[in-house]
Amino acid sequence: MSDVSTASVDRKIDTSHMTVSATEVAIDIIGMNKWYGDFHVLRDINLKVMKGERIVIAGPSGSGKSTLIRCINRLEEHQQGQIIVNGTELTSDLKRIDEVRREVGMVFQHFNLFPHLTILQNLTLAPIWVRGIPKAEAEETAMKYLTRVRIPEQANKFPGQLSGGQQQRVAIARSLCMNPKIMLFDEPTSALDPEMVKEVLEVMISLAEEGMTMICVTHEMGFARQVANRVIFMDQGQIIEQNDPQGFFSNPQHERTKLFLSQILH
Amino acid sequence: MTAEVRTEMAPALPPPRRSTGVGHWLRQNLFATPTDAIMTVVGALFLVWAVPQLIEFLFTKAVWPGGTVEDCRVMGAGACWAYIGARINFFIYGFYPMDEYWRPNVVFALAALLVVPLAIPKAPFKVVNALLFFVALPIVTVVLLSGGSFGLRPVPTDQWGGLLVTLIISYVAILGSLPLGILLALGRQSKLPVIKTLCVAFIELWRAVPLITVLFMASIMLPLFLPQGTSIDKLLRALVGVTLFASAYMAEVIRGGLQAIPRGQYEAAASLGLGYWKRMGFIVLPQALKHVIPGIVNIFISLFKDTSLVSIVGIFDLLNTIQAGTSDTNWFSPTQATTGYIFAAIIYWIFCFSMSRYSLFMERRLNTGHKR
Repeated sequence: MSDVSTASVDRKIDTSHMTVSATEVAIDIIGMNKWYGDFHVLRDINLKVMKGERIVIAGPSGSGKSTLIRCINRLEEHQQGQIIVNGTELTSDLKRIDEVRREVGMVFQHFNLFPHLTILQNLTLAPIWVRGIPKAEAEETAMKYLTRVRIPEQANKFPGQLSGGQQQRVAIARSLCMNPKIMLFDEPTSALDPEMVKEVLEVMISLAEEGMTMICVTHEMGFARQVANRVIFMDQGQIIEQNDPQGFFSNPQHERTKLFLSQILH
Repeated sequence: MTAEVRTEMAPALPPPRRSTGVGHWLRQNLFATPTDAIMTVVGALFLVWAVPQLIEFLFTKAVWPGGTVEDCRVMGAGACWAYIGARINFFIYGFYPMDEYWRPNVVFALAALLVVPLAIPKAPFKVVNALLFFVALPIVTVVLLSGGSFGLRPVPTDQWGGLLVTLIISYVAILGSLPLGILLALGRQSKLPVIKTLCVAFIELWRAVPLITVLFMASIMLPLFLPQGTSIDKLLRALVGVTLFASAYMAEVIRGGLQAIPRGQYEAAASLGLGYWKRMGFIVLPQALKHVIPGIVNIFISLFKDTSLVSIVGIFDLLNTIQAGTSDTNWFSPTQATTGYIFAAIIYWIFCFSMSRYSLFMERRLNTGHKR
């Protein structure tokens, strides 16, 4: 059994807002290298993401996909090259790092909700204490996003009382409450029961429909086909191939890409 | 093969009735194996032998307050509670001047008045209450007890004693060691080498020294290093010593809690743009401290009992007043000392057991992880 699901949505995807800006750069990674000790984990990464782009990063485990997107909000530090997010270059300057993190939302494989806070508190904590938004207003926004991910009735429960799919939708709503310009998804459906994958993908698709700039590390090739406008394939810390989904799936160029696709699509 | 399909869903049934009754309980808990049976019998025999004697000594043959020293001297008399009753003021206030007892009494009353609503989760005005208990109470206590202002007669700290001093030391050491311990634990995890080294050095130094040594150093060595003429109050030196000592232990317990927090929690908090102190204050510490409540209360309890060590530097805490009381020839009787120590044990037990129960209560209350 492969853990790669090809879940897709049945409805027609509304592409009216899914326009990619031709001039506005959201993320610019230039000649970036990263090492874990002696191990060269990311090698010569060059990647320009335009505003409104929806990028799916695929690749075998250990290929550096997660490490790459974790560098974009500096959960991981890079040693060489430049990463510029929304015009702010990431350096060891803590102020700049927090500035970038405020504008970049991240969704994790294991949700990482705060178990000691209610759902509503999970959603309002950062808006109140990072953005300085009044509590009442933050709660209103939180309820708006909880309604959007279709679980407003769970607002006063604790994360431990929710199913995996619900927790992941809360995690997405939590990021959205900060009103981010970019969303990073780090294998958001990999830890979910098969029956819950779709409800999370639905939320991600609706985000894409609104024109959010998204980078998703995922094995959901159905999602990649339907939503992405670029698929990036990584192996051994390098970007091996990138193409639009159509070309990527039907006409892979690199041997490693062909092998990978033959392994996961059957 | 044709598909087998369930046509009716199986209804949910109540669980089968377990075998119950006294006989079943006994077999399960007391006589499950031959070893269990032997231990049960031995244990029961011990209780039959010990409990009546204890009851006799503590209650039926005891001399209650109002009795005289002659009653206590009768052969076979039990605990001399009359002696405790006669000297209770000394055990509570030490050498504090008798006509100024109202001052410690006001402090006791204020502390009780503030700690009760603070301990009840549903009571309102938590912030004000906490400020009063943690900030105002110490100031009032110092002003009131030491006197010298507002027309109050000065009472030097070497006249303070008994339960009053035990509670003061515990209050300061417990409330001082928790925040200090948190800072030290965070410092030990710091990426800044200077802060990390300082915290590690501090913790390892204090943990490697016995508390008695700390108290001796504070009360005998320290004055030798201080310039002529300056002196720091003996009680204050002991307070600082005990607090720093406890904070080193506290730091290690809290570090254990910090290590139990998954990295994902730090990362989620960071990815939302929360800075270091907000990450720690809102996300990491509330969870970490909750994990180590048993360890923290363990330190509180042992700290409360360790305050009795200050007697070796001549501070009259509860145990020391009781020890001093044993040489009171007016109440000389065969059970005088025993009664005193039993009394001390009861007092220590009441405070420690309350802390232990309260911590269990808080653990259950704060448990949000496994609610169904």
